Amino acid sequence: MFGKNLITILIIGTLISASGCFSGRRGKGDAIKIQGAGSSFVNPLMQKWVSEYGKLNSNVRIDYQSIGSGGGVKQVKERTIQFGATDVAMSDADLKSAPSEIIHIPVILGAVVLTYNLAEVSQTLRFSPATIADIFLGKITRWDDERIKADNPDVALPSAPLTVVHRSDGSGTSAVFTNYLSKVSPEWKEKVGEGTSPSFPVGLGGKGNEGVTGQIKQTPNTIGYVELAYAVKNKMPVGEIKNKAGKYILPNFATVTNAAAESINETPDDLRVSLTDAAGADAYPISSYVYVLIYKDQPDEILGKTLVDFLSWGINDGQRFAESLYYAPLPQEMVKRTSTKIALVSHNGKSLRTQ
Amino acid sequence: MPKSLHTDNLNGNGSEMGSNRKLFSSDNIYRFSLTACAALILLIVAAMLIVMTQSSWLSIKEFGFGFLVGQVWDPIKGEFGALPFIYGTIVSSVIAVLIATPLSLGVAVFLVEQAPKSIARPMGFLVELLAAIPSVVYGLWAIFVLAPFLREYIFPPLQTTLGWLPFFKGTPTGIGMFTGGIILAIMITPIITAVVRDVLEAVPVTQREAALALGATKWETTRIVLANASSGIAGAVILGLGRAIGETMAVTMIIGNRPQISASLFDPAYTIASVIANEFTEATGDLYLSALIEMCLILFIVTFIVTALAKLLILSVSRKTQNIA
Repeated sequence: MFGKNLITILIIGTLISASGCFSGRRGKGDAIKIQGAGSSFVNPLMQKWVSEYGKLNSNVRIDYQSIGSGGGVKQVKERTIQFGATDVAMSDADLKSAPSEIIHIPVILGAVVLTYNLAEVSQTLRFSPATIADIFLGKITRWDDERIKADNPDVALPSAPLTVVHRSDGSGTSAVFTNYLSKVSPEWKEKVGEGTSPSFPVGLGGKGNEGVTGQIKQTPNTIGYVELAYAVKNKMPVGEIKNKAGKYILPNFATVTNAAAESINETPDDLRVSLTDAAGADAYPISSYVYVLIYKDQPDEILGKTLVDFLSWGINDGQRFAESLYYAPLPQEMVKRTSTKIALVSHNGKSLRTQ
Repeated sequence: MPKSLHTDNLNGNGSEMGSNRKLFSSDNIYRFSLTACAALILLIVAAMLIVMTQSSWLSIKEFGFGFLVGQVWDPIKGEFGALPFIYGTIVSSVIAVLIATPLSLGVAVFLVEQAPKSIARPMGFLVELLAAIPSVVYGLWAIFVLAPFLREYIFPPLQTTLGWLPFFKGTPTGIGMFTGGIILAIMITPIITAVVRDVLEAVPVTQREAALALGATKWETTRIVLANASSGIAGAVILGLGRAIGETMAVTMIIGNRPQISASLFDPAYTIASVIANEFTEATGDLYLSALIEMCLILFIVTFIVTALAKLLILSVSRKTQNIA
């Protein structure tokens, strides 16, 4: 009995001390390990980038964890990871409370789309900003409401109750969508406001893009908002939205990239910009950047250098993976501006950019 | 402690370990490890309570008692109230237990008292298998199968016959409190069934034989067996209730996630566990996080109170039935 116990204890002890050896410091020839975390929206692209970049640089191991934008920002501020990713740019207050200067690197573009379940209607529905706000404020409760009819004069809308579906979990998708509504509707701005967990006046809450997609697909006469990728992958109808120039625009890679290109002059030096309600005839009005967050002054030279190289690769070569994963690529001008931004990343005052 | 005294004596008599025998005798080590295990449970509970109270202190200070009765949950404006969530948690769990208890009793009695072994064995195995299915699977099934089914075939006739009751008003979308309660019932039925079956099997055969010998019918015999097993059955129901209160994924996917108190069971609702799962990852700001952690604390306390109440209630009921038996 005792002998057996002793052996077990010895085995456990050996295991513990062995695992201790592995967590030791990095030696020469060892893999360079970089840890990132944040936005779940950008996760499929990040995993693709990590694996493709890993093929080119066998000594680098990057690990990206999809824990949500809020978590990414938090962990960057606590310096537990080398880079974070977020769907929403950090606020001024957030940046101020960080231990050192954080820079925003736009890596890809996303869009939030309106999708609906109306079996009787085969045409693509059109929505003006005021109509969208009224639907999500609970002021439009039926599909044959005059305001929806006015946007869609040629469509025979069913006389059915309209059910709103929104995200119940905190998400960048909700933040982008409510940011748009706050810009186009003063009433929305005052009553609900913008944020990752808005308190919607009406509707059902679905968990995650998949939860919202599932509820819309399964419940007749519903309308909701999801990331473009989810609507495309699930072959759901997507509404055209009237943009600032007065044109009804269908979301796709071109119109989303357009929104970024049209906003390039309004984009400030720190690259934090809201693309919602963008100007330009062919700009989709609910587009947004996904940002990677890194410290301008990198504490570790090797890690910093690798990180800078990875991000430079991502915004140049990495863009070609965007469309197959349903993201919109950055416009050329933005790639240039982002490159100059990455060149500012330094270690002890020395730029880490190799090219 | 008379038991331990007894073992000490036994040790002393047959010892071969020399002067250290009192401290390092196998029985002492055995007893010590058992005590340590038991103490660990208490420590974990205490540690959780302390950490949760500490982390939610900001919110407790800010809202005080108002947090428990507040009905608004608006992270953007920084207003937090827990009442709709407490209501949703309790009502959905009660619906689940009300549906699951008779169902599980029926299945368990069938397995133990009626079914031939060739059916009881595989069915018992199936029940245990159901208990092991991850809740996210139940949730997906609920979205794609249960909710549309209830919306098309169950809710409309329910509304036409019982629509005058406040519980069945409004448009049934298939997603809401009632569907949440039903999916919970389906999830806790296997657990209650499995435990009740084991409890019924533990009732001595002699009792059944005695009842039958006295001329009791099968139904009367079963009633006697059930009465004798009542405390075990109570335990099974409480176990189910506990799981229903804490269940997160499946409910979140189907309950509609709307913090409101509505009499109609067709309306969307929200539970404490769901709001924590939904909002914790993206919660920014100290007060928001603190409010969410206070929700954890409330869930902890609600579970404690509801379980205690259920235990008291069932204890009083089982005393009565035992008197009848």
